[in-house]
Amino acid sequence: MSRSSKCSGPAKRISLISVISGIALSLVSTLAAAEYGLNFPKPVTAIAQEVYGLHMLIMMVCVGIGIVVFGAMFWSIVMHRKSRGAKAAKFHESTTIEIIWTAIPFLILVGMAIPSTATLIKMDDTKNSDLVIKVTGYQWKWKYEYMDQDISFFSNLSTPRDQIDNKAAKGKDYLLEVDNAVVIPTGKKVRFLVTANDVIHAWWVPQLAMKKDAIPGFINELWTRVDEPGTYRGQCAELCGKDHGFMPIVVQAVSEDDFKKWVSVKKAEMVASAADVGKVWTKADLMERGEKVYAQCAACHGATGTGVPGVFPALKGSKIATGPVNGHIGIVLKGKPGTAMQAYASQMNDADIAAVVTYERNAFGNNTGDVVQPSAVKALR
Amino acid sequence: MATAHHDEHPAGLMRWLTSTNHKDIGTLYLVFALIMLFVGGTMALVIRAELFQPGLQITNPQFFNSMTTMHALVMIFGAVMPAFTGFANWQIPLMIGAPDMALPRLNNWSFWLLPFAFTLLLCTLLIPGGGPAGGWTLYPPLSIQGGMSTDFTILAIHMMGISSVLGAINVIATILNMRAPGMTLLKMPLFVWTWLITAFLLLAVMPVLAGAVTMLLTDRHFGTSFFDAAGGGDPVMFQHVFWFFGHPEVYILILPAFGIASQIIPTFARKPLFGYESMVYATASIAFLSFIVWAHHMFTVGMPLAGELFFMYATMMIAVPTGVKVFNWTATMWKGSMSFETPMLFAIAFVMLFTIGGFSGLMLAIVPADFQYHDTYFVVAHFHYVLVSGAVFAIIAGAYYWLPKWTGHMYNETLGKWHFWLSVIGFNLTFFPQHFLGLAGMPRRIPDYALQFTEFNQWSSVGAFLFGFSQLLFVAVVIQAARGGKKAEAKAWEGAEGLEWTVPSPAPYHTFATPPRIK
Repeated sequence: MSRSSKCSGPAKRISLISVISGIALSLVSTLAAAEYGLNFPKPVTAIAQEVYGLHMLIMMVCVGIGIVVFGAMFWSIVMHRKSRGAKAAKFHESTTIEIIWTAIPFLILVGMAIPSTATLIKMDDTKNSDLVIKVTGYQWKWKYEYMDQDISFFSNLSTPRDQIDNKAAKGKDYLLEVDNAVVIPTGKKVRFLVTANDVIHAWWVPQLAMKKDAIPGFINELWTRVDEPGTYRGQCAELCGKDHGFMPIVVQAVSEDDFKKWVSVKKAEMVASAADVGKVWTKADLMERGEKVYAQCAACHGATGTGVPGVFPALKGSKIATGPVNGHIGIVLKGKPGTAMQAYASQMNDADIAAVVTYERNAFGNNTGDVVQPSAVKALR
Repeated sequence: MATAHHDEHPAGLMRWLTSTNHKDIGTLYLVFALIMLFVGGTMALVIRAELFQPGLQITNPQFFNSMTTMHALVMIFGAVMPAFTGFANWQIPLMIGAPDMALPRLNNWSFWLLPFAFTLLLCTLLIPGGGPAGGWTLYPPLSIQGGMSTDFTILAIHMMGISSVLGAINVIATILNMRAPGMTLLKMPLFVWTWLITAFLLLAVMPVLAGAVTMLLTDRHFGTSFFDAAGGGDPVMFQHVFWFFGHPEVYILILPAFGIASQIIPTFARKPLFGYESMVYATASIAFLSFIVWAHHMFTVGMPLAGELFFMYATMMIAVPTGVKVFNWTATMWKGSMSFETPMLFAIAFVMLFTIGGFSGLMLAIVPADFQYHDTYFVVAHFHYVLVSGAVFAIIAGAYYWLPKWTGHMYNETLGKWHFWLSVIGFNLTFFPQHFLGLAGMPRRIPDYALQFTEFNQWSSVGAFLFGFSQLLFVAVVIQAARGGKKAEAKAWEGAEGLEWTVPSPAPYHTFATPPRIK
């Protein structure tokens, strides 16, 4: 009897261990299956790799210290408890030990500071770049200007509103997809000049380890050299108002040849849009284009033009959208200082503004019947 | 000396409105803080409910932003700071053998400013445009865009600031002038020391915050452009000024917690605090360093390399005195004779979980890595580990520890233990996964998120509701103890040391009318 019970002791323990490890394994596999992000997304540049290394190093140092300190605490909690009959010792100071536990952390910190400083110096060096792209944060979109290629465009969230409102199934890149990605060539040092038009934003692409605040009136710098072609996604990281969560960043790294092709396609697009400005439009065409452009305005004024009472004014039946045409065009062009209403003069061409003003004056039951041509907008610029 | 008529005071509402008694005012502060804990907690639960799944379900983005903004302001200025001031009022005179605070009438006013300040702040939820939604940090130009709720917030902050400064003056005057004969500075209990240093921090930085928000106000209404680049100003300057207040503020929220833990751990380890003097020096060093690290909150604004390096090194230095404290608490427990009543459980959880927050703080100091962590959920996890399992757990530990002295009754230990375990599990379930969310790339202050963040957000939301609702147990425990229960002895805990345990429980309305003698 006693023999068999002695045997069952370790056997029980083994089965307990196997049960626990079984649970742990299944937990790990569910974690893996659900693709839980536990750590940085895969770094893709040399600098991002270094940053990841620093992150892991400092984390492991913390885990190591934690094991020692928490180990001592738990040991003490288990062994030195009154219910076990522990008698309290009387000591309450020791100069030697206090010097030791001041000096050792200090030395660990010096050890951490050295590689951190080295990486930081590399990240700071934006000299000798092959390509310069200016990034401007707007509420709530990004503008990219290729300084040497004469290309500029806005990049808006392209996730349909219905997905956000839970009326449609969410796509794979929900909230991380844009209409115009910023395209960069692989193997080139690309320098980004980061600024903002209205409030502070922050431009962040985790896999490239680039994050910098975009501040109105200031220009910050970043650089990267991506060797692997691919699509890298990020988000605005500084609270910038209502739709802060809805202005993603998509960087596409492509081969140099593909980059050249992309540049010529973009240039052709810009010529085409310049032609739009010169022609005379029908009302139906203006309304159709205006509805598309209005998607940007809908962020504040609402898809049905009702706005948000007390914060964002309604357009439905508003004095501006049903009053004199020139006043309406003027406020779109110049914005309203001190509010979220921006000056769109530099953001949209005459055709877009003409279309959206026409749309606003005829949609939501405003029915003014007005048709605004690009030439009318041009005259007011 | 007549004693009887000294105990006379108005009854009912007038007692609380007109009281100049440090115990009454301490109680007012503590009750106010508890109410604000639930107000701010409700806002947190709105946030977590919205973030339970991707898509917008219960809030719109504007309201969501006002919830994050108000949650922070209410918790920092309404819950944690008043709770510590409540402890200061109750305990400092009892611990140094003084009959009351040095400036009793000022004391009354510093409390009664708070209900008005928070009425002003909270009523913004009802005005057109809703509450302030630009973040508690009030960064311009976003805060310049805000509606009139921003002005309400600025005025409320002014009132809170005046309240804090008056409270701090009172604490300093009391500690420096009213200690019992023989109680030299280096004989003061550590809680008193940490509060003395905290009070100096408050005096130094609350006026800085007041200046910063006043400049915002004039930028908004009187045509100045301190923070507007178009008018020759600098939006980044606001951040420098704000964090020159903000970083010492972080220590204002944690130093008294260090003090509370340093009272409780020796009591239940039945062994004197290890390294008393080094604890005092470590507290003072942390306070000094807190003035030269502010820009680590803004590494991504584009400072020059030399600036980034300076603030990185200075920030890393804070780990040294903080480490000393953690080691000292551990050494106090080492070879003690420990028992684990609720205050001790919360105090141990405080030391461990605060240390985890300290680790993530050290990680955040490493600038290249900080660029990745900055403004993500990793930061959210970090500061909740230091402020919730740090400051709030210490406050709860202190409340359990001194409840017998305040009410004269022992609280219900079983309920207390339930409260502890539910809080610890709920807290960690809420905030530990947020580390992963941040590392994986989820920015903070967003009402909706990409699909890969779903699972951990769900864990976090479940944890938050568990954590939030288990605080109702705490209210039950406090009410129960206030109403009755087992009589507490003068020395409620076997291992307790200090003057507060020499007076009867509950502490009489007036104590130490004749000062005790300290050997």
